[in-house]
Amino acid sequence: MSVSEMFITLQGVLTADQDIREEIRKVVQTMEQTAREILTVLQGVHQGSGFQDIPKKCQKAREHFGTVRAQLASLKMKFPADQYYRFHEHWRFVLQRLVFLATFVVYLETETLVTREAVTEILGIEAEREKGFHLDIEDYLSGVLTLASELSRLAVNSVTAGDYSRPLRISAFINELDSGFRLLNLKNDSLRKRYDGLKYDVKKIEEVVYDLSIRGLNKEATDGAGGEK
Amino acid sequence: MSGKEGAGGFKKRKHDNFPHGHRREEKDNINPSTVFMSFKAFQLELDTRHDKYERLVKLSRDITIESKRTIFLLHRITSAPNGDEILMESEAKLDTVRQKIKQVAQELMGDDMYQFHRAISPGLQEYVEAVSFQYFIKTRTLVSIEEINKQLIFEAEDKEEETKVPASDCLNSQSHIWCLKVTPVDYLLGVADLTGELMRMCISSVGNGDIDTPFELSQFLRQIYDGFSYIGNTGPYEVSKKLYTLKQSLAKVENACYTLKVRGSEIPKHMLADVFSSKTEIIEQEDGLP
Repeated sequence: MSVSEMFITLQGVLTADQDIREEIRKVVQTMEQTAREILTVLQGVHQGSGFQDIPKKCQKAREHFGTVRAQLASLKMKFPADQYYRFHEHWRFVLQRLVFLATFVVYLETETLVTREAVTEILGIEAEREKGFHLDIEDYLSGVLTLASELSRLAVNSVTAGDYSRPLRISAFINELDSGFRLLNLKNDSLRKRYDGLKYDVKKIEEVVYDLSIRGLNKEATDGAGGEK
Repeated sequence: MSGKEGAGGFKKRKHDNFPHGHRREEKDNINPSTVFMSFKAFQLELDTRHDKYERLVKLSRDITIESKRTIFLLHRITSAPNGDEILMESEAKLDTVRQKIKQVAQELMGDDMYQFHRAISPGLQEYVEAVSFQYFIKTRTLVSIEEINKQLIFEAEDKEEETKVPASDCLNSQSHIWCLKVTPVDYLLGVADLTGELMRMCISSVGNGDIDTPFELSQFLRQIYDGFSYIGNTGPYEVSKKLYTLKQSLAKVENACYTLKVRGSEIPKHMLADVFSSKTEIIEQEDGLP
């Protein structure tokens, strides 16, 4: 085979690669759009009036996840199943975003941390790498970290809306998450950077809880969830 | 290991310090053991992944070093009287490199190679460079990517090696064969580096009074340059970046050929060598500049 023939073959391979990436990018764009729509729905909970319709908002968000599942199903058709990590960078960001949204919905519904397996079920993808299009552990953890900062914001806003017991529950939840993340030996990568932000969320919530405690507002919380001091 | 235990101990202490928080969590229906247990599992998963990555980086570095040594060895061929001996030695060296690559392949068994590609890519590029350099010296042609990958299929030689493979990764039915494929991009980057070596070889061969090699090399380099120009910027960023260096190497070789042609008519052969050995120094100084 002559040198020029070799390069023509290689160029063909590279072009094919770029075509796949182009296709993936198109699907990822639609996923980003859906993610924004879900976020808009869920942002409503930060408004004082939104606290009553949390179940309704979650319901609506869950409907959108149907679209996400369809989009992810079409995404996984775009490339060979065993080359997930070759194109990982393209959907990494949007997938983290979707994980966050899924964890947020589940938190609003049940006030628990959704497991990785449950997230993959919501998104309609696999939990294990061997089975196909899966959720990378780092992406899951990144999504959970975004949830933490969203919840610290929710704690502030729920005080504004007059709900004094929610911040205490959020505080317990975030502390649990924090001690969970402390178990991990993170490398100096993007996940580590995200994790470094967690302490500010913890701090923010502690401030909120402190403000409530010092004024005795946490005792006003009638549902007995507040046990601080 | 001790770091892991330290983190665990800290976790326990934290709970002792905050008994209130603990009680509240139970009331609020957040089961602490569930979150704790799942993060324990994440810890294990992440540690396993990082360890594997580090092992691969280390192997990749070994591959790079051995490949570089092979290249240096092959450069000696221009001045050595017995070229065959050097070729034999380089073959032996490349075999040890391939043993390392075999370890990489074993490490990646059952994994997605692209997940750890960043760890092994530098080593593979260097290997491509060494192999293609040796191949060029032997045959005066460019080794194809198929040829390289053919040499990277390994079979189990003895039982001791099988035990090294982690049992969990042995999902593949053909577990006695490991193979690693050099990606087209790694191949291209390796070949682009090869041109730098060829430029060096060209200059030093003139220094040794070899007049034919420079012309052959410039011919060959031009073919490669044409190939890279054909790819242009369809490839990833790294490939386009190498195009500039490649152009410089080619220019040096072409200028050397020009000088040979022009001055060759007026200076006797043994003096030409002097002209070029001083020129070599200048070129190498240029290379040293950042």
